[in-house]
Amino acid sequence: MSDWFKFGSKSDAPESSPVIDMDKKEQIKTAVRNELAQANAQLLVENMNNKCFKACITRPGPSLSSSEETCLLRCQERYMDAFNIISRSYHTRLSRERMDSITSEIDKTL
Amino acid sequence: MDDFDPSTRREMETFLAREQANAKLQHTIQTLTTTCICVTSTPSNKFSSAEASCLTATLERFMDTSMFLIKSLSEKQRSH
Repeated sequence: MSDWFKFGSKSDAPESSPVIDMDKKEQIKTAVRNELAQANAQLLVENMNNKCFKACITRPGPSLSSSEETCLLRCQERYMDAFNIISRSYHTRLSRERMDSITSEIDKTL
Repeated sequence: MDDFDPSTRREMETFLAREQANAKLQHTIQTLTTTCICVTSTPSNKFSSAEASCLTATLERFMDTSMFLIKSLSEKQRSH
């Protein structure tokens, strides 16, 4: 039965069927997205750690005091707030720039 | 990737280019956050509206700055 498929094909190598391509393609896409998201999350944690350590641990003792822990928690929350504010503002600004360049292109044609 | 047909390969190239651009964007946001934030030794319970608008203003001015500098650079290049 498999000889029917080889009939007329130029090589003996298995031809990639569209269904297999679709799965592999989606697998690669998902893997890439996950990698990038993970790297981004790691960078966020690293930056947050550096900022909050510098801010809250001014005199390192034998262990983290409860005030230091409170400071760290608040710092983490403020950092996440700042991240969200900046992320939002940045995206808004970018789409405004894009709209501006699009409308100026349209204006040129008028 | 080599056993993909040309149209799928083009699609993957576009996808990768877009993801890479997005990653650069995300990275910029990270840098901006860590640069613009002012965490004192006693962080507040919540950002005051003044602090929040200061963050936004810092970001907007940063964008203005980089666009201004890029434009002046390209103008200088053109005049040469």
